[in-house]
Amino acid sequence: MSFLRADNLSKTYGSGEAEASALAGVSFTIEQGEFVAVMGPSGSGKSTLLSVLGALNTPDQGGYFVDEMDIYSLNQNQRADFRREYLGFVFQSFNLVPYLSLAENVMLPLAIKKMSRGQRWDMAREALGRVGLAGKERRLPSQVSGGEQERAAVARALVNRPPILLADEPTGNLDQATSQQIMELLTRLGNEGMTIIMVTHSPECAAYAGRLLSMRDGRLAGSSPQAAAALAACTAAATA
Amino acid sequence: MTLKDIALLNLRRRKAKAAFVLAGLMVGVATMVALMSLTQTLTEEINHKLEKYGANILITPRSDQLQLNYGGLSLGGFSFETTEIKEADLGAIKHIKNAANVAAVGPMVLGKVTVNQRAVLLAGVDWDAAQILKPWWKIVGQRPGPQEMVPGAEAARLLGLKTGDRVSLAGRELTVSGVLAPTGSQDDQLLFTPLAAAQGMLNKPGLVSMVEVAALCKDCPIEEMVAQIGRALPGAKVMAIQSVVKGRMQTLAHFRSFSLGVSLLVALLGGLVVLVTMMGSVKERTGEIGIFRAIGFRQGQVMRVILTESMMLSLAAGLLGYLLGLLAGELALPLFSEGHGGHIVWDPGLAGAAVMLAVAAGVVASLYPAWLASRLDPHEALRAL
Repeated sequence: MSFLRADNLSKTYGSGEAEASALAGVSFTIEQGEFVAVMGPSGSGKSTLLSVLGALNTPDQGGYFVDEMDIYSLNQNQRADFRREYLGFVFQSFNLVPYLSLAENVMLPLAIKKMSRGQRWDMAREALGRVGLAGKERRLPSQVSGGEQERAAVARALVNRPPILLADEPTGNLDQATSQQIMELLTRLGNEGMTIIMVTHSPECAAYAGRLLSMRDGRLAGSSPQAAAALAACTAAATA
Repeated sequence: MTLKDIALLNLRRRKAKAAFVLAGLMVGVATMVALMSLTQTLTEEINHKLEKYGANILITPRSDQLQLNYGGLSLGGFSFETTEIKEADLGAIKHIKNAANVAAVGPMVLGKVTVNQRAVLLAGVDWDAAQILKPWWKIVGQRPGPQEMVPGAEAARLLGLKTGDRVSLAGRELTVSGVLAPTGSQDDQLLFTPLAAAQGMLNKPGLVSMVEVAALCKDCPIEEMVAQIGRALPGAKVMAIQSVVKGRMQTLAHFRSFSLGVSLLVALLGGLVVLVTMMGSVKERTGEIGIFRAIGFRQGQVMRVILTESMMLSLAAGLLGYLLGLLAGELALPLFSEGHGGHIVWDPGLAGAAVMLAVAAGVVASLYPAWLASRLDPHEALRAL
């Protein structure tokens, strides 16, 4: 039985002439510990797919299962619990809370868990240490570079030790050297057994993934298990 | 990092907005506290006056004649010589239901005497009772003994009497033991002796012309006491003399209602300030709330963050507003109070009510914005970033 299963997912925005199909019968499975890249041109449905997988956006049709749990049959609070226990999010624009220090941002998912302040602090410091931000715990997001903000966002995503990491264009706002650092970090997390689903426009980033899902017009255009084939598929999709 | 920390840190970040909400609620609470404490202090002052007022029930002989005097101008028709009350009957006052509220019973006998060829009114009083009934009396000299008398200030002036003088009065030789300092009342015109001496001189043994009663009436039903004394002394006319105090109490009751109305209005306005500011705050923080929801905050936990913020602000506004209100009340007190050197009464009940009102107004006004925040679609909220 697969760890994560998307079953004929469909999602439409708007109505009448303005109706646009973001997802049109998307089905796939992902095993625990896989690092999957999702690529495709703008408007192909990648971000909608990620938000559906993040239990943030209810599909019009189809089912989404994790650990055999039917996620969209859960109520709002149960979905929130699912996100807290199973998911870590990394957003393109970092989405750090500006008035909280890096450590406080990382501690956010722990704020709603029953544990002592000391435990929260230790876990945040450890997570920041894993992404190379030891010693910068008390800095505000505005006091560190874009790459460091993204790493802090990764630290926040993994502080709870969730089994799934969802990353939306995690290197979209970063330079090449910093992008490489972030991708190496995600690869390391994947090697440690975390399931990673990453939406990206960058073939170089997709090459770090073990598998590529290509999206086009809301449909799955292909699924390739090898990095080289992934790059080729991506290029083909981009030029089609 | 807890939900409380998030709320506190957000307040610190949005200092201007927090200060606006704080000021809105604080002014509301301060207004309420100032008005309420003023009312309370003035009521206390009046109650205190009422207790020190001296006589507040007057017992006179029942008369079928109309009184023919107005504003101190007598045209005849009322005579102290006609009817009297028996002194022995006054013991019945001690047995009325509210006897415990009776502080003093002061019988007085009145009669006309002649001194130095001038007619003057002689009053025999119970000097022990007079100390309670007429606390404003001040004798320059000594309290009179059985063979002594004290003239009122005006009587002393007109009759040329001073302490130590001897006066022939109704066939007796009396010594002036002192002079009553001016009171501004009719007492200035009278000559005073002990009750028994006056009864002897006026040939009214065991009789009194009128009785003054001091009732401790902060909480007692004075009208009820009047009725009780009336039943105990069926031959006498019993009246409550508290019209001035009653009028003032009525004014205060109106002021209290006004204070309550203004307080509620200001609290409502404070609540509206909170509502509008929190609505704006929630709109501004849509993306942030999206992040909270994405990382697993339940709807109730998002609400708790918003409500904790408003509760912290309201609590501070309640405490500061209370202190500000006390200060404002203290400053305004001389404008309303007749007394000098009075202070606003510290009332823990009002302090508690002020803080509770502030917190309730803040939290109630924040419920809708908090509910809206908790219902934000996390997907849409994140797209707003």
